[in-house]
Amino acid sequence: MEAQKKYYLQLADNALILSHRLSEYSSHGPFLEEDLANTNVALDLIGIAESILEQTAKIDGKGLTGDDLAYRRGEHEFYNCLLVEQPNTDFAFIMVRQFLTDAFHFYFYSELTKSKDKFLSAIAFKSLKEITYHLRRSSEWLIRLGDGTQLANDKTQHAVNTLWKYSNEFFTENEVDIEMKKSGVGVDLKEVKSLWSQKVNEIFFMAHLKIPENDFQLTGGKQGNHTEYMGYILTEMQFLPSKYPDAKW
Amino acid sequence: MEIVAPSTEQLLADFESKINAEIKIEPRDWMPEEYRQNLIRQMSQHAHSEVIGMQPEGNWITRAPSLRSKKILLAKIQDEGGHGLYLYSAAETLGVSREQFIQALHEGKAKYASVFNYPALNWADMGAIGWLVDGAAITNQVSLQRTSYGPYSRAMVKICKEESFHQRQGYEIMWRMMEGTKDQQQMAQDALNRWWWPALMMFGPHDSDSPHSTLAMKWKIKRESNDQLREKFINKTIPQAELIGLKVPDQNLQLLEDETYKHGDINWDEFWAVVKGNGPCNQQRLEHHIRAHKEGAWVRETAIASAKKHNI
Repeated sequence: MEAQKKYYLQLADNALILSHRLSEYSSHGPFLEEDLANTNVALDLIGIAESILEQTAKIDGKGLTGDDLAYRRGEHEFYNCLLVEQPNTDFAFIMVRQFLTDAFHFYFYSELTKSKDKFLSAIAFKSLKEITYHLRRSSEWLIRLGDGTQLANDKTQHAVNTLWKYSNEFFTENEVDIEMKKSGVGVDLKEVKSLWSQKVNEIFFMAHLKIPENDFQLTGGKQGNHTEYMGYILTEMQFLPSKYPDAKW
Repeated sequence: MEIVAPSTEQLLADFESKINAEIKIEPRDWMPEEYRQNLIRQMSQHAHSEVIGMQPEGNWITRAPSLRSKKILLAKIQDEGGHGLYLYSAAETLGVSREQFIQALHEGKAKYASVFNYPALNWADMGAIGWLVDGAAITNQVSLQRTSYGPYSRAMVKICKEESFHQRQGYEIMWRMMEGTKDQQQMAQDALNRWWWPALMMFGPHDSDSPHSTLAMKWKIKRESNDQLREKFINKTIPQAELIGLKVPDQNLQLLEDETYKHGDINWDEFWAVVKGNGPCNQQRLEHHIRAHKEGAWVRETAIASAKKHNI
């Protein structure tokens, strides 16, 4: 039960926090069409997060709601990977973060369609339609950024160099991942990693981008230990429910 | 056979007979230069308003208090941007590019709705903007569905459908807050107090002081006058406010015998000050747009460079 709940939260929180970061970018896009595409992805992701959080609250059986889980948990109770909470430094950072996550989501949710958990399998099927588009968009952008002007290539390579150290946490198995995989609910992250690496190599090759030689990796989000950014995200996101705990919105 | 070009008088007569017969003017049709300029001004102002209007609401996306409200706000802001896109595209049929429209905005030559120069200070502002600002906009836009320029008219039909959702979601926020705690009720009343007058000002100066109105009415770009539309909005909105326990901040408001309302004096000094750039957020809104556009330059350049390489 606890493992299942935490597994659900890992998935929901990745979507919720990345959606939040994207929503910060509204009205900041390089042109209108891209501003809208960005918001669209934010909307898809919050939709995924909402479905999973509501289901989590339901199986938890303590009378909580999806909103309670989003707006009333403390930082240590969020289990998203560190990558998704990284800031919108510039469009290159946004798109590299997006591509690395989209590729993970795509292969992860593709595997999750085979889950013995009917809810997870159904949400995976539903989400894949959107995630397929997300991955196509961010892959195309990575190529435009890497294979266009030298300035854009430099900026994007800088984003890759900075963000790469957060990319392996998606595939770092914790006890919950292992337990869920054994019971046929969760997916084999090694399998997902192998497909993800292939995709990353393919797109990086086309975009003239390099994987950093220093393969040092940071993890912690999946255990509730976050970067300094997370506190600010939650302070802002949870501001109204925290300040007015009795209010219904 | 000798082909004789029609005279300007004849072209104008044909144009006006189409207008009178309610036949839409299309991009390839002859039109008087003043008609074109009037449309360029109005449509670009409308497009810029949609886009700048994303900012005050964007100020609250990250603080939206529930998953549902955050989704709705994201979708609404996305709609507004989409309206901007249709309108820029429709306006481009008049021979001006989007880049030129944006340049005119940045140089202060093109305006956007002054109402977006007011700040969004609490969550109820998301309700007030939807209910009042979109409500005022839709009152105007319903009328513009019958505007004489085809591309503008068709854009309006699509936009109106979405705007009516926006207005309802705004009213729903206000209604929920008025059903809520004392703090929420105060937020809702505070938002109404701050947005009521700017919403009334959205219809523009009184008819007697509206410089662009005469020709625009004659050529059916505008179908109803500023004052007529403002009255419609007031008569529709006041009962909605009363229904949920909100008080419209107009001490001189009178209910007339025919069940319509007479509003108190609008502060036109404030209106003109904001139009001329001296509102609470004029500088902030424009600088934000300019900054985002500048920061995006390298992204647009690489997209073009990449497309050229791949012959797209």
